Amino acid sequence: MTKVFGGGTDVVRALDGVSLGIQENEFFTLLGPSGCGKTTLLRLIAGFEQPSGGEILLDGASLTHLPPFRRPVNTVFQSYALFPHMTVIDNIAFGLEMRGLSKTETADHVAEMLDLVKLSDLGKRKPGQLSGGQQQRVALARALANHPRVLLLDEPLSALDLKLRKEMQIELKRIHRDTGITFIFVTHDQGEALTMSDRIAVMNAGHVLQVGSPTEIYEHPTSHFVADFIGETNFLEGEVVARDGASAKVRLSSGVERQASAPKDAAAAGRVSLAIRPERVTLSQSRQTGALNGRVETMVYFGTDTNYHLRLEDGRAFMVRLQNHEGAQAPFATGDEVAVEIADHALQVLRD
Amino acid sequence: MADTAHRTPRALDLKYQPGFTSVAMLCFFVLYAPIAVLVFFSFNANRSVTRWTEFSLDWYVRALANEGIQNAAVTSLEVAVFATVFATSIATAAALATTRVARYRGMTAAYTVINMPLMVPEIVTAVATLSFFALLRTTLGINFGLGNVMIAHTVFCIPFAYLPIRARLENMDLTLEQAAADLYATPWRTFRRVTLPLLVPGVIAGAMLAFIISLDDVIITMMVAGPGQTTLPIYILGQIRRGVTPEVNAVSTILLAVSILFVTLFFLLGRRRT
Ligand SMILES: Nc1ncnc2c1ncn2[C@@H]1O[C@H](COP(=O)(O)OP(=O)(O)O)[C@@H](O)[C@H]1O
Ligand SMILES: [Mg+2]
Repeated sequence: MTKVFGGGTDVVRALDGVSLGIQENEFFTLLGPSGCGKTTLLRLIAGFEQPSGGEILLDGASLTHLPPFRRPVNTVFQSYALFPHMTVIDNIAFGLEMRGLSKTETADHVAEMLDLVKLSDLGKRKPGQLSGGQQQRVALARALANHPRVLLLDEPLSALDLKLRKEMQIELKRIHRDTGITFIFVTHDQGEALTMSDRIAVMNAGHVLQVGSPTEIYEHPTSHFVADFIGETNFLEGEVVARDGASAKVRLSSGVERQASAPKDAAAAGRVSLAIRPERVTLSQSRQTGALNGRVETMVYFGTDTNYHLRLEDGRAFMVRLQNHEGAQAPFATGDEVAVEIADHALQVLRD
Repeated sequence: MADTAHRTPRALDLKYQPGFTSVAMLCFFVLYAPIAVLVFFSFNANRSVTRWTEFSLDWYVRALANEGIQNAAVTSLEVAVFATVFATSIATAAALATTRVARYRGMTAAYTVINMPLMVPEIVTAVATLSFFALLRTTLGINFGLGNVMIAHTVFCIPFAYLPIRARLENMDLTLEQAAADLYATPWRTFRRVTLPLLVPGVIAGAMLAFIISLDDVIITMMVAGPGQTTLPIYILGQIRRGVTPEVNAVSTILLAVSILFVTLFFLLGRRRT
């Protein structure tokens, strides 16, 4: 799928050769920084934009040239887009009415939806009389009332405050489970994506960089961008000395050799970038020959964990996260000379 | 109002600048004093419009019984209602076509062309309209009678009706219509169920403006209207040539009352809808 906006010298390639397969009943998330093309992709699926190239298939049949009102797909808009002149009930009933359901069927569905989003008492209100969180639920109910094949959600939680957002995340998961509808969820919040999704597609600048389960994305990022965008990461340089399918033996600048995970299309030999999560390493007192040696510059206490910001011998910054244990003294102090110990399979080889 | 008063420090608030009240009062005086005088003398028992003797409703009785005034009032209403209905419908369509669609070549040009009549001196429009209808009559033998006046009014009312409708549309969130389409509404049903209901206050404001503009017009009407097609303003103008009498004041006051009534009515209606 490709989508180009504008013409002449003023061309934006909002999507550039994106290809995705989404499973039935999946909670699928599009994750990426602002402007990477997430909304554009959603609008193409909903039918508000026409692709410059490519096709959208649902159960093997093309949706590409159907107008939005013929697609079995519903959207929860970022701004909610509730009809301000209609009550909550009329908003939820709108799609059912348009599809020609009878009055009694419509009323039943609406009642069921109000129940699902826990708004049964507020059916007679207008959207202007609801809080942001309540409007959000109405938007969700209005889209779900039609039992779409796919529900599209464009950053639905971004306007809510933190506490409400956490609650709605749990709600959304429950609703996804209860309805069995395929969700395509857009967010720029990596934490939200990791906690909610069955699979995540990480996007940047109109490209999909990696698709995988939250664990795959977090544990085995294949590119520099994904490793950096999701969670906290240390980057190291290394050299591939042997390659065997999804794993590679790499030699670090200090000389130690470790087994690392490697994406299939990563370089089979030569110098590579490596990523390692701060919680996947341990520290030991005093320098050791052949290890990554450094000095503790700052410590940041987080309750459950403490982050140790190190300066390595080669001048690079490196972060280590250690879990705190009850009553125990912090094992290291600012200024301590330490060695970073890396286990096999903690390193990830990157494509770029 | 109350909110801004709370937030703006007194020193910066225009209301507390020295002389604000006197300037405001002077403006109101200049605006409304002549009208107040006109209304005042319409209740004068005397024939003079400058010297008060005593209160009387005689001039109203005479004005309402005057067949010339009655006919003129009916003509005015016929023309104004016709012009309002058609100008507002056309303006609504034009506003939709210049806001509710993907940008197209010539969109700005269309916008300018629609608003141009507001900038053209009315006498030019009047002469042009006169020549146009004369041409129709002499070459094709077509003369719609009062219809000529109605058509002329419809045309010059369109840009006035267009402005508030367009303003309303521009403030309306496009995603509402996308949401309707997303919920299986065809373009027509989206228009009927979402766009139009939300547009109503704009349409009402546009219609109100068109109605008042039509009711009030002199120059174009004078050029286009044939014998026996006298509207109220034209009638009043004719009477004044023979000297201002309190009867003219009375008719003017009635016209004023009708305008105020309409403005109030439309205003209340518009407020209830939003
Ligand atoms: N209608 C449009 N016209 C021109 N450029 C657009 C349009 N819609 C989106 N874009 C551009 O396409 C890119 C992707 O936008 P979008 O899909 O909204 O990103 P995201 O939702 O990931 O923040 C951006 O550079 C944006 O400026
Ligand atoms: Mg977006």
